Amino acid sequence: MAAKKSVPVRKVAPESGPVAKNARAWKFGDDIDTDAIIPGRFLTINNPDELAKHAFEGTRDEYAKKVKRGDVIVGGRNFGCGSSREHAPLALVGGGVKVVVARSFARIFFRNSVNVGVLPIVCPDADKIADGAAIRLDIKQGFIEADNKKYAIEPVPEFMQGIIDAGGLVEYAKGLKETPACTR
Amino acid sequence: MTSTIVEKIFSGKCGREIRAGETVMAPLDGAMIHDITGPLAIQKFYEMGGKKVFDPKRVIMLFDHQIPADSIEAANNHVYMRKFAAEQDIHNYDINEGVCHQVTIEKGRAAPGEIVVGADSHTCMYGAAGAFATGIGSTDMGFALKFGALYFRVPETIRAEVSGKFQRRVGAKDLILAIAHDIGADGATYKAIEFTGKTVRKLDMAGRMTLCNMAIEMGGKAGIVAPDKVTWEYMKARRKMKPFALDSDPDARFAEKRSYDVSDLEPQVAVPHNVDTGVPVSKVAGTHVDQVFIGSCTNGRFEDLQEAAEVLGKKKFSPKIRTIIIPASRDEYLKTLKAGLIEKFVKAGALVEAPCCGPCMGGAFGLIAPGEVSLSTSNRNFKGRQGSTDGKVYLCSPATAAASAITGEITDPREV
Repeated sequence: MAAKKSVPVRKVAPESGPVAKNARAWKFGDDIDTDAIIPGRFLTINNPDELAKHAFEGTRDEYAKKVKRGDVIVGGRNFGCGSSREHAPLALVGGGVKVVVARSFARIFFRNSVNVGVLPIVCPDADKIADGAAIRLDIKQGFIEADNKKYAIEPVPEFMQGIIDAGGLVEYAKGLKETPACTR
Repeated sequence: MTSTIVEKIFSGKCGREIRAGETVMAPLDGAMIHDITGPLAIQKFYEMGGKKVFDPKRVIMLFDHQIPADSIEAANNHVYMRKFAAEQDIHNYDINEGVCHQVTIEKGRAAPGEIVVGADSHTCMYGAAGAFATGIGSTDMGFALKFGALYFRVPETIRAEVSGKFQRRVGAKDLILAIAHDIGADGATYKAIEFTGKTVRKLDMAGRMTLCNMAIEMGGKAGIVAPDKVTWEYMKARRKMKPFALDSDPDARFAEKRSYDVSDLEPQVAVPHNVDTGVPVSKVAGTHVDQVFIGSCTNGRFEDLQEAAEVLGKKKFSPKIRTIIIPASRDEYLKTLKAGLIEKFVKAGALVEAPCCGPCMGGAFGLIAPGEVSLSTSNRNFKGRQGSTDGKVYLCSPATAAASAITGEITDPREV
């Protein structure tokens, strides 16, 4: 039974970073909800690889067939709104996507993404990135490059950086013996 | 210093003054998991090295999205969760009690001043009981189960002050659809929405739950109503607590203040495919519907079903469409049953199901085909939410749903 096994997260080769060398942008619009990312009828599945087969089913059917490891999702405003289903970022992870760029994110999706090792990046100019654009990401310099044009990205909130650095909340939590409540 | 309710709740829990914008690791009074997000949360708990949950008495489990199990996969998830409940000595309501949010409040698992998390986005509903409650993902829940605490960025508050008297057949659902239209689908992202004003004070718990339930539809982290007589009366049978005062200071710092007068508010309908698209029912009246769903954590309470029954009167539901009615919990089901309304609905042609999420999530049953239209009292009308991505979902109040189920097309409940 899938639920009993640990979730096999596909690791991207460290030298290539979360974005592949030949990465393309998969462009979506505003208010992309988690029902669009993974419809409710697939939520009995807990395995990312299996979920990935149904990612954006009914919304953009070519995605699941053609997405390549290290590709990047680009959204508009309020990406990931709606349900708290973590199956949504997991469906992306299963397809090898580790970066989502959007003008803004819905709160639960943002946290879920960080927790499972998908990097949500706020880019005020995300709308200017075209579908299929060649993507390069430089987090240190604070920009994303799409078809050779550079767009500024915002830094992740400070308290979440520790979780990102650990590779997700599970790894982060393993390092904690206890959590003194009411501390930062 | 002056504070919002949310700041007061966090300050109270942490024993020091906490302001909106701060990030704190706050202790939890309660945690809820259900059949969809629970299996992953349990997995994550174990992956984090979890052995025993922080406090079995503060954790509840129940199944509501896919019950009775509609597939072998769902049945397997249920088995996995039951095993965890037994191993951890957690109270498991299983398939018997109803929709998670209704049950959590009903069983007194969220109370004024508490911090409660649920692995479901509509957890914000417990704000109706004066709690700070928010929906989280499964990994956050795994962390919460292990440590009994979670990181929170303490949210700023949007204060929504509501005045005026509702017209006949207009109520809390119409108000929250109008507020969602005003604030927008992401207008409250990372914020709390506090509902206040004379109209809110006059609302019963059912209406307050409807308001708080939909805070997430504006991106809100929480919805909240300051506890008052109505709240404490409701809590009486559920918790041994002495009433205390908990309200925002009048000069607290709010992100925004918005005011609404419901005197002229018409019944509202949110049109496909977003929740913030509310229009007066007159704008969409006459739209053909194939299925009407009255139920969900948003509007499946006795008060909602009573309103639907009043609109129905001695009429019948249209035989040309499907009318599905699902009370939100066993308690609500029994109240509806004792009042004779179940019989009335069945005789009028409705399919009345046992308490569960039903067609709301498009996971179990009641899915719509391509080209079909659903009119629903639930909280989301996203493309594909209730089945085919080529179908359409409209959202409305129980009164509007009942009126439309009689005629087979979207209908103003004041005209039936």
